[in-house]
Amino acid sequence: MRRIISVLLENEPGALSRVVGLFSQRNYNIETLTVAPTEDETLSRLTVTTSGSDRVIEQITKQLNKLIEVVKLVDLTEGAHIERELMLVKLKATGSQRAEIKRTVDIFRGQIVDVTSSVYTVQLAGNSEKLDGFIQAIGTSGVLEVVRSGVSGIARGEKVLSL
Amino acid sequence: MELLSGADMLIRSLQDEGIEYIYGYPGGAALHIYDALFRQDKVKHILVRHEQAAVHMADGYARATGLPGTVLVTSGPGATNTITGIATAFMDSIPLVVLCGQVASTLIGEDAFQETDMIGVSRPVVKHNLSVRHPEEIPGIIRKAYYIAATGRPGPVVVDIPKDMTTPNERYEYVFPKKVKLRSYNPAIRGHAGQIKKAVDMLMAAKRPIIYAGGGVILGKATDQLTELVRMLGYPITNTLMGIGCYPASDKQHLGWLGMHGTYESNMAMHHSDLILCVGARFDDRVTNATEKFCPGARIVHIDIDPASISKTIDADVPIVGPVDAVLKEMITLVRESKETPDADAIAAWWKQIEEWRAFHGMRYETSPDVIKPQEVVEALCRLTNGEAFVTSDVGQHQMFAAQYYKFDKPNRWINSGGLGTMGFGLPAAMGVKLTHPDDDVLCITGEGSIQMNIQELSTCKQYNLPVKIINLNNQALGMVKQWQDMNYESRHAESYMGSLPDFIKLAEAYGHVGVRIDRKEDLEPKLKEVLAMKDDLVFVDIYVDRFEHVYPMQVARGSMKDMWLSKTERV
Ligand SMILES: Cc1ncc(C[n+]2csc(CCOP(=O)(O)OP(=O)(O)O)c2C)c(N)n1
Ligand SMILES: [Mg+2]
Repeated sequence: MRRIISVLLENEPGALSRVVGLFSQRNYNIETLTVAPTEDETLSRLTVTTSGSDRVIEQITKQLNKLIEVVKLVDLTEGAHIERELMLVKLKATGSQRAEIKRTVDIFRGQIVDVTSSVYTVQLAGNSEKLDGFIQAIGTSGVLEVVRSGVSGIARGEKVLSL
Repeated sequence: MELLSGADMLIRSLQDEGIEYIYGYPGGAALHIYDALFRQDKVKHILVRHEQAAVHMADGYARATGLPGTVLVTSGPGATNTITGIATAFMDSIPLVVLCGQVASTLIGEDAFQETDMIGVSRPVVKHNLSVRHPEEIPGIIRKAYYIAATGRPGPVVVDIPKDMTTPNERYEYVFPKKVKLRSYNPAIRGHAGQIKKAVDMLMAAKRPIIYAGGGVILGKATDQLTELVRMLGYPITNTLMGIGCYPASDKQHLGWLGMHGTYESNMAMHHSDLILCVGARFDDRVTNATEKFCPGARIVHIDIDPASISKTIDADVPIVGPVDAVLKEMITLVRESKETPDADAIAAWWKQIEEWRAFHGMRYETSPDVIKPQEVVEALCRLTNGEAFVTSDVGQHQMFAAQYYKFDKPNRWINSGGLGTMGFGLPAAMGVKLTHPDDDVLCITGEGSIQMNIQELSTCKQYNLPVKIINLNNQALGMVKQWQDMNYESRHAESYMGSLPDFIKLAEAYGHVGVRIDRKEDLEPKLKEVLAMKDDLVFVDIYVDRFEHVYPMQVARGSMKDMWLSKTERV
């Protein structure tokens, strides 16, 4: 099953490589990985999406917790949560395509953030399925370039992941 | 206020940490540190002949004393040479601090002379690693390194020290922190009371219980608590190769060790048990055999300081995360206060069954009138040293024979590379033990293959007068490899033959030691006695043993715990 694991990590050089190394060393897979400092600059927040059997996921969280620089972690998929991913897409946009793309972007609540005579650059945020859905709707033949941020997530309600 | 250079801070920190010995080898990036070492006499340095040996030596010291060992090497090749040693310690959870020189921070990333990314190279085989970014950090980093290495589930910690962090004329205030606190690292200090209660209830209700103890009992200094609990309960106990000595081998309740080359009675009792109390062990593949066939009727209580060891390969019914000594202590109290008592009839029937297995003598071997059997050598050594020696070993058949036929009643005396299986471990480990146990017998039971992996350390033994006894069970082959080839490859002995062996007697003599050859059966015991009486000499005892012997019992590959070969022809 797909899981979103959110990690508070000491914001120190080498900490990220330990997390990434752990995944390859123990043969766990990483689907997406995002990391950035938090409001407390001594901490980074890392979100990793992975999949595996319950036993594997349990091992992943335990092994992550064992890393000295991991301060806290939570498997967001265990409860209600919000997940978002940001995507920037360059699309071929000429002639009648331009209106069509604009409509699709509106439906997906995206924005066209850059325009040339033949290209639209679209920004879209949402969960990963929504982003996949957009690409499907546009059709891959019109897509020139895609960049996705990977998933960030946060628990719903009052639950917070902090020190 | 005391101003010190980074190099002096490092050595002062080691002093303040109470470190007596460090093992190492100098080189460019570590020279400021070596100079600081030279200018004091509290921390004593042992110069090995290969950095791998420095780590094994520190490791042997750590296993025998329960204290963290310390290594100092230079950057690049010095650092990379330590990797096998570090991995060996990592797999067996041995506390070490490995201090590595590094090129100056201004040169890092430029492929400077003897630059290696030691933080990256060591990452998968350390508990943690740290780099120094400012000289003032050194005391704090050293304190932290030992704290992490020695607490929780112990393990090796690497400290990378760029040369410009130790520059002699740049001085900073020296403050050795009294305490270490890490917000992200807090090993459990006790087990969950409810889980412990549940475990005790299950123990009381069990009909075919067995205690399965591992190296964690020795690392967690919990042998007294374990022994007390097991005696109170009157239940059978087995332990892993790493747990040898955690419970007296000569005691009736002890079934020997378990797993691939464990005793028949241990493996049978495990397989047929209805409750396994696992204490500080990790259901390693060399123990469980095929996990899907593992102990079908058993419920499992698993105590370990490392939560990740629990339910990793075998699911635990009752997981208990905590230090084994504290958890066992609580269990003892609960058992003592419990209104329940074990089901005497069931336990008696269980023991009757176990005694039948035991009477089957799974660990028999055939003697011969003229050929020396390796098992006989180990039995003789055990007799002649009253089972009190420190025994280090290498990897192969000799290791298994040593573990099977030397009976250890005390912890910290059986010292081997169980997890990584590192040939070349035995001699340097024995040196680390001998250095701090000069009055004890220290035997390195090895093979002619393994001993040659760190033979150069005979020179270090001369320099520091380390009269260990090297017992070379010379079968003129990479015996364990050959055994597998006999069993699985129709005796096609691909590269398992060690032709052109050196004359070990002359070799020992060339290094300034004594060499003794034993090739006649009637000489075995008298000569061993003579050797053991030579307290001040390192003696290399080259013993010609049966070249065709196999280690049994041996679990059948991909079988359950109870599927074993008991001899070349007998399978159960
Ligand atoms: C460094 C290393 N290389 C290879 C092996 C694989 N290996 C395991 S046992 C063994 C043979 C050891 O031969 P020897 O030391 O003579 O012991 P014997 O089995 O003959 O008693 C080998 C090659 C290992 N364990 N360690
Ligand atoms: Mg051999």
